[in-house]
Amino acid sequence: MKTIDANKLYYKILNDQIHDAVDSGYRNIAINNVYGQYYIGDGLMQPVKIDINGIPGNDLGIFMDGPSIYVHGDAQDGIGNTMSGGKIVIDGNAGDVLGYSMRGGRIYVRGNVGYRTCIHMKSYKDDFPIVIIGGRTGEFAGEYMAGGVLVILDLFSEINTYDCNFIGAGMHGGIIIVRGKVNSDSLGREVKVTSLLQEDLLQIKEYLFEYCQELNINYNNVMKSRFTKIISATNRPYKNLYIDGFLH
Amino acid sequence: MKWFKKVHHYLPPDFILERADDLCIRCKACVTQCSFDANFYDQKRNFIYTLQQNCVGCNRCVAYCPTEAIVVKNRPNPFREHSHWGAYYISGIKRRAYYGGTPVKSMGNDRPFPIYWDKLLLNASQVTNPSIDPLREPMELRTYIGRRPKYLKKGEALPPSIMLQTPIMIGAMSYGALSFNSVESIGRAVTMAGTFFNSGEGGLSRDHYKFSKHVIVQVASGRFGVHKEYLDIGSAIEIKIGQGAKPGIGGHLPGEKVSESISQARMIPKGTDALSPAPHHDIYSIEDLRQLIYALKEATRYSKPVIVKIAAVHNVAAIASGIARSGADAISIDGFKGGTGAAPEIIRNHVGIPIELALAAVDTRLRQEGIRNEVSIIASGGIRGSADAIKAIALGADAVYIGTAALITLGCTLCQQCHTGRCAWGITTQDPFLSKRVNPDIMSEHLYNLFNVWSLELKEIMGAMGVNSIESLRGNRLHLRGVGLSDRDLEILGVLPAGE
Ligand code: SF4
Ligand code: SF4
Repeated sequence: MKTIDANKLYYKILNDQIHDAVDSGYRNIAINNVYGQYYIGDGLMQPVKIDINGIPGNDLGIFMDGPSIYVHGDAQDGIGNTMSGGKIVIDGNAGDVLGYSMRGGRIYVRGNVGYRTCIHMKSYKDDFPIVIIGGRTGEFAGEYMAGGVLVILDLFSEINTYDCNFIGAGMHGGIIIVRGKVNSDSLGREVKVTSLLQEDLLQIKEYLFEYCQELNINYNNVMKSRFTKIISATNRPYKNLYIDGFLH
Repeated sequence: MKWFKKVHHYLPPDFILERADDLCIRCKACVTQCSFDANFYDQKRNFIYTLQQNCVGCNRCVAYCPTEAIVVKNRPNPFREHSHWGAYYISGIKRRAYYGGTPVKSMGNDRPFPIYWDKLLLNASQVTNPSIDPLREPMELRTYIGRRPKYLKKGEALPPSIMLQTPIMIGAMSYGALSFNSVESIGRAVTMAGTFFNSGEGGLSRDHYKFSKHVIVQVASGRFGVHKEYLDIGSAIEIKIGQGAKPGIGGHLPGEKVSESISQARMIPKGTDALSPAPHHDIYSIEDLRQLIYALKEATRYSKPVIVKIAAVHNVAAIASGIARSGADAISIDGFKGGTGAAPEIIRNHVGIPIELALAAVDTRLRQEGIRNEVSIIASGGIRGSADAIKAIALGADAVYIGTAALITLGCTLCQQCHTGRCAWGITTQDPFLSKRVNPDIMSEHLYNLFNVWSLELKEIMGAMGVNSIESLRGNRLHLRGVGLSDRDLEILGVLPAGE
């Protein structure tokens, strides 16, 4: 177990220290006094566990493929940006563009997140990203989404119908699952609501269970409610907008 | 395929294919070679017919016909002559009205905008400064792309850079737009020539990881195929903000081109449209750009230069200045003549500015601000020959990217059909039958020849100027003179008129 004090450390120096610790074989790293340092876990491929005490800065876990990062606090923008694998658990709220272009691994957030969550998230074969948000998202959740699963639990609000606007705008793959009903005016133009199938539930059950365990949330309570499934209407949303030049 | 006539929206074919029946030996080469189904054979009549509407003018059949029986001609304007309403506009309206969509085209802007390269002339030494014979005296074309700090502290290492044996690289063309064999040919050629190619935004096939020492990997808004290993493979990383052929809009690889192996490189399911959003949604400002640049540097432990590519647009100089200050090691500027795999015609033909003016404006601005040396500049967008390349260097570029010129080497005839995925020359297709038409063993040699010949030409021109190192030509606009340009053009280009 390696403990790093990040107080007043510039991000480059902090990340050098993390890399040094990982390279010298530590598999458990705790970082204390984190005050917004960027890029923690950037490009790390080793299966290390990193505990962050404080608030990590933007691009936490960007390009990461392997580590498990636990944030004991809130997090900022760009969490899990272009991430390929591993796990990020945030025991708090997070900022904008969480899971941008994420391709694998899991992000679990207890609270709310900002705009454009999971924008352009994609999946390919075994690479299948799962993002579970306990609270609500900002507008444009799942924008341009091409794969993976985004689950929005909306556990803490009083509103029965989920109404963050432009859900799934430009979406052409993957699934968004919302606990409760979704206001149909809030949907992006390219998506439709369908009923949640048993197999969808099976696909995410294990992750929801893990989510609840990691964040100490009552799993049975979560599963009691109805879920709404949002998918894209087509995987070629713009097919008819363009004409091939050679057609006459 | 729809090929019945639509009377109200009748669009005359662009080309007429004429086949001399007395020369035709019915070998059917034109039938098998045409990937647009324009030629077919009628067994009963023993006759080769042509569906003129389908001909795209790619001339594949002309090249293959053993008896030179075929001529493909531009069809003259079928509409009544009108100086304001040319056929381009009439057909354009009809096509939009009939299909209810906007036309997509490939390659670069084909409208007759001025070409500034053709209005710039190069200098030569006479009497006072002897010219140099490049065949017998050393000539330095070697170029480094990367940041050059103002000063170094004792013991401090230079920032990472890449070394080019000749200031010509192959610009971003993705695997997906290009066939496997095309990328293979390009990779082998740049390896032999000691320069680099850019992977484009579609990731890299694992079979092309062997070009690690000669590839610049691109990261675009869709982040297709971007992962840690990919970043590690590249010798440099390029963030694509925009491209000259379609500034301000994202990439769009049509589902037809997303084959099994493309889906592997891009890491998306087969047959889905690969849509790159117009902006990077983590970059809304120069500060955000800096964030991505340093995220990439952190991911690769500061071991390779990061290039930022933008399209040449109106306030390009101010943008470039911001990029130079954001920590980028090089800026690549793509002019409006730049080619592409697919772009809405309306954007391709009307958005952006010429690279010549953009390049001069950027170089001037960075010099004025005293930061020109801190970044390299790569110019691209319609470089047609070594003369264009050397003029670009004299205007301020460190190196140039070529794209279309490289495709022409592979056989391209600029038929502008790359987006259909049916390139008859096998260059921009994923059809296994068609893509065999590019033989990497032969094509890499041809492309290598092009690098060699252009390099030799660069040396010849430099020799005539009395310059023995490309370094001393960079941004040396005294070696240029303008003809037929307005005072304002000359001012922006920073060159004197011929005679002065
Ligand atoms: S390639 Fe030439 S000779 Fe052969 S069938 Fe076609 S037109 Fe006739
Ligand atoms: S690459 Fe092929 S399809 Fe594209 S312009 Fe050239 S010949 Fe035509």
